[in-house]
Amino acid sequence: MLVTVLDILIAGLLMGGIYALIAVGLSLQYGVARVLNIAHGEFIMIGAFITWTLYILLKVSPLVSIVLSGPLVFITGFILHSTIFTRLRSSSPSTAVFEGKSMLACFGLLFIIQNTAILMWGAEIKGYSYLAFPVNFWGAKFAANRLITLGFAIAFGSAFYFFLARTRLGKAIRAAAQDPRAAALMGVNISRVLALCFGLGAMMAGLGGTLISMSYQIQPTMGLEYTMIALIVIVLGGLGSIPGSFIGGFLLGLVGSIVTYAQPGLALVAYYVIFMLLLLAKPTGILGR
Amino acid sequence: MDIPSAAPRDFSATNFLSRKSFVIGLSVIALLLLSTSPFYASRYTVVLLTTIFMYIVLTVSWTLFSGPTGYVSLAPAAFFGAGVYTSALMGFVLPLPAIIVLGGLVSSCLALVVGALTLRLRGIYFVMFTFGLVELLLHFILWWEVNITGTTGRVVPTLDNTTVYYLMLSILVAVILTAYFIKKSRFGLALQSIGECEEAAAHTGVHVTALKVTTFAVSAFFMGTAGAVMATRWTYIDPRIAFNLTLSFLPVLMAIFGGMGQLYGPILGAAIFTYLEEFLITRFPYYYMLIFGIIMVISILYLSDGLVGLVQKLWNRSWRVKHADT
Repeated sequence: MLVTVLDILIAGLLMGGIYALIAVGLSLQYGVARVLNIAHGEFIMIGAFITWTLYILLKVSPLVSIVLSGPLVFITGFILHSTIFTRLRSSSPSTAVFEGKSMLACFGLLFIIQNTAILMWGAEIKGYSYLAFPVNFWGAKFAANRLITLGFAIAFGSAFYFFLARTRLGKAIRAAAQDPRAAALMGVNISRVLALCFGLGAMMAGLGGTLISMSYQIQPTMGLEYTMIALIVIVLGGLGSIPGSFIGGFLLGLVGSIVTYAQPGLALVAYYVIFMLLLLAKPTGILGR
Repeated sequence: MDIPSAAPRDFSATNFLSRKSFVIGLSVIALLLLSTSPFYASRYTVVLLTTIFMYIVLTVSWTLFSGPTGYVSLAPAAFFGAGVYTSALMGFVLPLPAIIVLGGLVSSCLALVVGALTLRLRGIYFVMFTFGLVELLLHFILWWEVNITGTTGRVVPTLDNTTVYYLMLSILVAVILTAYFIKKSRFGLALQSIGECEEAAAHTGVHVTALKVTTFAVSAFFMGTAGAVMATRWTYIDPRIAFNLTLSFLPVLMAIFGGMGQLYGPILGAAIFTYLEEFLITRFPYYYMLIFGIIMVISILYLSDGLVGLVQKLWNRSWRVKHADT
């Protein structure tokens, strides 16, 4: 009995770590840059495929390719924002219009990225085995790669939190989130900060993708499911709140593992039900204002 | 959150397409041509036109609600899918007209429930909710089919192309007439006022919630009927075909591509976009999705008022040039 409870708890935490990490990225993109990035999962997919390619072709350890996949996805995101979204922002009469248009542009991006990936890697499911030996927790067994995933997710998340809370650039980002116009008047280069946020959000997704590829199978169409989960987590935690995303991620991971234990296959349905109930009862989320 | 509508109407010269007799004449000619086309057009053209009609129905009914109110609904795929599933479940039980009406009614009931629950949510939350709805239905039905009925997918009784064509054409005419009369009525004016300022609309005596929910249900009705008809063209359906998220985004894109200020904007946008998609599929079978994505991004970037807005802008410019001396 105790082992079962432990099993469910730890499985939930392991899943929750990934959920939290990818949600932090989306939260940053929506909370600061005001882009509801429907293509968020595609950046996860890119990160996963970069890692997979490096591992299969050159036998590069996924933990090393983090150094490459993160920056690569960051640059992609930064360029996308400075070309497409900066232009949309300047041509939109209001934030609401910008939010609508940028979401649709993201849907176009989803098509572009996903189909480029299919052309490059084919549509089949892929995977590799890395550090898959079991680790024992008082009777509950887990693959080592999932534990490493959790460790890295927490490390990335906290590093990012401290970046936002303590550094000068982090302050500029928080200022831009609160009031872009005032921040611009105080000397913040708003276009660059927003592009940076979008890039950093994409980077979180890319890093998440690298971690996901270590323990799950990947394919070019995997993105949307993760986008949905990230959306649910940021609503759960409160739009734009980084600690909220973390709490929400772990909560959703726990719910997922409990539901999977009771009725496998219903986890996704449970997520959506929670999502809808939440939107009805408290759309501002746990830590939302 | 509101989607940009076309520029405010300029009554001087831009009304070249709004002249009543001209529009009525054009519509009658178009309707005559379209209703006789199965007699002289190729089989391919008839099938292509049916697809175009389907997208026009989805786009016009999407614009019916989201255009004036500014609530961006990503639920078209859910309503369309509800119609598809009604058709699949009842296909061998009920007569065809009953199935189509039932498909529409099931969708409107879904819209009534969703609308009553969510239309008090503003902006981005409404978008997320409707986005989630499609995925919720998809995964729930997948789970249901795997675990309860033990099957995935269903066979739908098929109809011949000409019948499907005429059914879709009738729905198309119905939705355009409905959209036209709503736009011209006090009802449409009230919807417009909700889009501009909801609080003010409520204070001037508009029953905001009832109006929004009713219009949402009306727009869902047409999407459901379209789904019920289209299901008969596919011999086999499963949840992933019925609840395809792309069908939620395409109507929005087509409406923006065409321009939402005038009724003919979404019609034009849907027709051109669908033809473009069809053209790309036949020309570049491997790259068409990629090219399609690029076209989506470009049209959002550069066609902010849609095709209609662009035409009006060009028209205004040439008109000004002509009258520059006076």
